[in-house]
Amino acid sequence: MSEEKDKPVIEIMLASDRIDPLIEIHEFTDPILTPGETVEYLEGYMTGHGTFPDDEEIKASVGGVVEKVNQLVSVRAMNSRYIGEIGEVVVGRVTGLQSQKWVVDTNSILESALHLTSVNLPGGEQRRRSVQDEEMMREFLKEGDLISAEIHQISTEGSLTLHTRSLKYGKLGQGILLTVPPSLIRRSKSHFCNLACGAQVILGCNGYVWVSAIDENKSGGFIQNMEVVKLSDRETITRLNNVIKALAESKVMLFDTSIQYAYEESLKYSTYDLLKPESKLDLVLCTAQKLQTLGLAD
Amino acid sequence: MDLLTEYGGGLRNDGRRGHELRKIRCRLGVFSQSDGSAYIEQGNTKVLAAVYGPRPVRNKSIKVHGSVLINFQYSMAVFSTGERKTRPRGDRKTSEISLQLRQAVSAAIMSEVHPRSQIDIFVEVLQADGGNFCACVNAATLALIDAGIPMREYVVACSASLAGDTPLVDISHLEETLGGPNLTVAALPLSGKVAVMELSQKLHLDHLPRVLDCALKGCADIHAILDTAIKQHLIKVAGARGLGRKFQLGQLTGKKKEEESKDVEMITL
Repeated sequence: MSEEKDKPVIEIMLASDRIDPLIEIHEFTDPILTPGETVEYLEGYMTGHGTFPDDEEIKASVGGVVEKVNQLVSVRAMNSRYIGEIGEVVVGRVTGLQSQKWVVDTNSILESALHLTSVNLPGGEQRRRSVQDEEMMREFLKEGDLISAEIHQISTEGSLTLHTRSLKYGKLGQGILLTVPPSLIRRSKSHFCNLACGAQVILGCNGYVWVSAIDENKSGGFIQNMEVVKLSDRETITRLNNVIKALAESKVMLFDTSIQYAYEESLKYSTYDLLKPESKLDLVLCTAQKLQTLGLAD
Repeated sequence: MDLLTEYGGGLRNDGRRGHELRKIRCRLGVFSQSDGSAYIEQGNTKVLAAVYGPRPVRNKSIKVHGSVLINFQYSMAVFSTGERKTRPRGDRKTSEISLQLRQAVSAAIMSEVHPRSQIDIFVEVLQADGGNFCACVNAATLALIDAGIPMREYVVACSASLAGDTPLVDISHLEETLGGPNLTVAALPLSGKVAVMELSQKLHLDHLPRVLDCALKGCADIHAILDTAIKQHLIKVAGARGLGRKFQLGQLTGKKKEEESKDVEMITL
């Protein structure tokens, strides 16, 4: 056994044997529109996202499905960069510091900003932001740090302003960051999922997913817990990492239940086996079936 | 060697007739890192494209007010041609093609939607067998749609030549080198607009409309092929996600459908 552990089996697969990870959960029958196609007559309708008026018609500017809300016609792209909405939870990485604000990468079209005034500084909420605080900014967050935050405002050009004025937001400690397409994250009540397996998953609406061990004494803010993470926790985290990657590869929507089910299904495989295409596909199929029988698939 | 055989009513070297395209095969979403990606084969010409963005502008010194900054990098793999290339990118020829490619996609991208951001498009020719520019435009279009970047319509490119009296569409490397004119057109097939047009070698002005029509017809044909491929891909992705079942698209009237088909007809004339 120990010998096997020392020398992991290398498996080679022909490119021609590659399995398509996309599975069909539903038969999709709705019309798909592609750029330049006519959606509707302009008369009586308003143009929303993914559409533009041309002569007397509304045309699609992206490839996707049509959504109609009363008079508003929009086309939702299957895949795009993150376009935020106020109140959504995001995970981001600090890329720079400017006067009174941090510049944060949130996988969106423009850089996001986290103002000094919209964070909880140590020592109480109602404290005035002084010059000393501005000088101390790098002590709280520096380039490369990961944070969880909420969208506070969106400018007319589309750049996001974040805030971390709640104890659940703040600097992220030890864990794994995963990047998935933003369209795969389902909007739900809670994007902080404490799973039964003892790990926490933060599903940032921007497609950044943070997997870490549950920290009981998390205080929020800027304190990082640098204690050694238990081996069992680390195993759970890596397993979750593989599970979420497999789901994302097959374009299965990510939310607490889908991750929970996929994790349960994954237990029949070792963490290493979860990297194999056939076990990934089996995992995804089992999860999709379970979600579908419970009516949670859409 | 001639461009057209005398027997069989004029066949080309690869067995096609004048108006026939090479076989097109494509795939979307080939990379996981990029925002959008595509792979296309037009005959033996094979091209990979990757799109990043719209993302924050990296080089702050380049300022484009009110519109998006488009970067286009064209490169050829060193093994793409018969003779091994020494420089995959950066020489005069590839820089010029990069500029033309940028011009072609800029005609379709709605640059006013995402101001202050940039879109990076990388294309790489894996195998060059004529019509590299065309394959790159088509690959970039696929990748841009995969990335969900707003576009007015597809931008599609096709080349054409003339052998005696017969216009030839989508010319291969052999036909390029055999001599004869080479007209390359990047067009917006739905509106019939031309984004980029380039002619190498001499062609009598009287012949130009026919060769141009031939190339535009090729663009319209390629558009139909790409559109089908994209729809198939999107349906697959949507099916995997279980999307869009709640919404019913208002049925377009019969009159509208007729008009649409008429539009296409007009371009293909």
